[in-house]
Amino acid sequence: MKRRTPFFLSLLIAALIVVGVLLASFFSITVSSLPALKKFGLDFFLGKQWDPPAKVFGALPFLIGTLITSFLALLFSLPFSLSISILLGEYLKKGRLASLLKSLVDLIAAVPSVIYGFWGLQVLVPWMREFEMKIGVSPYGVGILTASFILSVMIIPNTASIAREVLELVPADLKEAAYSLGATRYEVIKRVSIPYAKSGILAGVLLSLGRALGETMAVTMVIGNSNVIPRDIFSPANTMASVIANEFTEATGNLYYSSLIAIGFFLFLITAVFSILGRHIIKRSSLK
Amino acid sequence: MESPIIRTENLSAYYGDFRALNSITIAFPQNKVTAVLGPSGCGKSTFIRCLNRMHEIVEGARVEGKVLLRDRNIYEMEPTLVRRKIGMVFQKPNPFPTMTIYDNVIAGYKLNGIKLKKSQADEIVEESLRKAALWDEVKDHLHKRGTFLSGGQQQRLCIARALAMRPEVLLLDEPTSALDPVATSRIEELIEELKETVTIILVTHNIGQASRVSDFTAFFYLGELVEFGPTQSLFTVPKDKRTEEYLIGKFG
Ligand SMILES: Nc1ncnc2c1ncn2[C@@H]1O[C@H](COP(=O)(O)OP(=O)(O)OP(=O)(O)O)[C@@H](O)[C@H]1O
Ligand SMILES: [Mg+2]
Repeated sequence: MKRRTPFFLSLLIAALIVVGVLLASFFSITVSSLPALKKFGLDFFLGKQWDPPAKVFGALPFLIGTLITSFLALLFSLPFSLSISILLGEYLKKGRLASLLKSLVDLIAAVPSVIYGFWGLQVLVPWMREFEMKIGVSPYGVGILTASFILSVMIIPNTASIAREVLELVPADLKEAAYSLGATRYEVIKRVSIPYAKSGILAGVLLSLGRALGETMAVTMVIGNSNVIPRDIFSPANTMASVIANEFTEATGNLYYSSLIAIGFFLFLITAVFSILGRHIIKRSSLK
Repeated sequence: MESPIIRTENLSAYYGDFRALNSITIAFPQNKVTAVLGPSGCGKSTFIRCLNRMHEIVEGARVEGKVLLRDRNIYEMEPTLVRRKIGMVFQKPNPFPTMTIYDNVIAGYKLNGIKLKKSQADEIVEESLRKAALWDEVKDHLHKRGTFLSGGQQQRLCIARALAMRPEVLLLDEPTSALDPVATSRIEELIEELKETVTIILVTHNIGQASRVSDFTAFFYLGELVEFGPTQSLFTVPKDKRTEEYLIGKFG
């Protein structure tokens, strides 16, 4: 066969090494999380208590913390990311302003997450503390809401760029048909472009959700690292990612260690599901 | 000649600096079919897109001169209103894939946010589909998406969609060029029937089609209106050499 040149083989080997590393890490995560999963069973995910000294490990607080912060972040970011995608996909298609805006939005994604964490601590936490004093809740400053704000900024570019791309895929002849029936630009966007691009936009949202679920550094810095189930959105909490980052270095004992890994295992599964689902929808909607 | 419903005065159209149409003056008689004929790139599409202000949607495009619909300059009216009075059907059938057949027909109302009573909507849908000779084929599938229809059916759906706005003029831009011969002759029959209620301007590449369905023919060449007259006399005794050459196939 022609393809069996040394060059081809070296490319293949490089690719296989990468796949091998992925499989090996998945395997070792699975193995290391087994002790905790065996000991607690389903209670590992339903247990409300995370008490390392007592060797009781229930991950429910982190599950809840993760879900709430991610969904709030999605909620806060959607109006902005959708606006940006419509602006860039329908109004400012070319020109200097468009490319400037595009690169600024992409820049949001390029900033290391520790920078957002610092900004959160320096600026957002004091603001939040003042706000919480005004409305009469415990003024921690850190907590779920603070983490959600930071996260929402971080995921804007993900949704915005995918939504813009699918909006640009809306066939021009459909828009022309709508204009020829007397629709305004706003009506064309609302009733032709967005319905057509709906599944692609959903895919963008799912991919952002995947990112939000797994985001670690910035969240760890501003969420308050509390291991009980949050009472409200102002409470300090922990997400699955942040508890791992926060406690990994101090995990003494096999069971503690294994429990943290088990959380990671589960987080890996959830984010993988969202990102596969999102990619699948994108592929399907760009084929039609 | 019969009274014109729509006419142009020194109409020129530009894409940026490029002038695609040069000072066209023409009057279209009411309830007739006028064919717009000419070689590729001569400005046929550009011309009819100026008649319902679709030309200006293209970035950098602009128009000079006048287009008068019943003596009112459409360039002094709301573009959205103009487009509802002057309907358009495109080369490639383009029903909205996200809408049902029913919703496609009344899409003009939905897009414009015009509320219709259920009975009114039903009436418009049936009337438009009947006029477009599609009713019998789709009446049992009204609430399915139109994407399973054949190309010819989709094109008739687009005609129904345009007719639903009860336009005074219908612009057809090579409506059969993507269709097979059977579907084409159905649309040609349809055009004959439609001229009782609406004035039709039909862009076509096809000389045979122009001779079969049109009452008048306008021949365009390189952005100019070369000749305009009753189809029969233009086809048998063309006045201009370029028309003659086009008719005997010199421009391909
Ligand atoms: N969007 C555009 N931007 C720039 N130039 C254009 C644009 N659309 C058309 N033109 C130019 O304007 C001229 C007329 O084009 P038009 O599409 O009106 O021709 P046509 O007679 O409809 O041709 P065809 O028979 O191929 O459809 C052509 O020279 C074309 O290149
Ligand atoms: Mg054309």
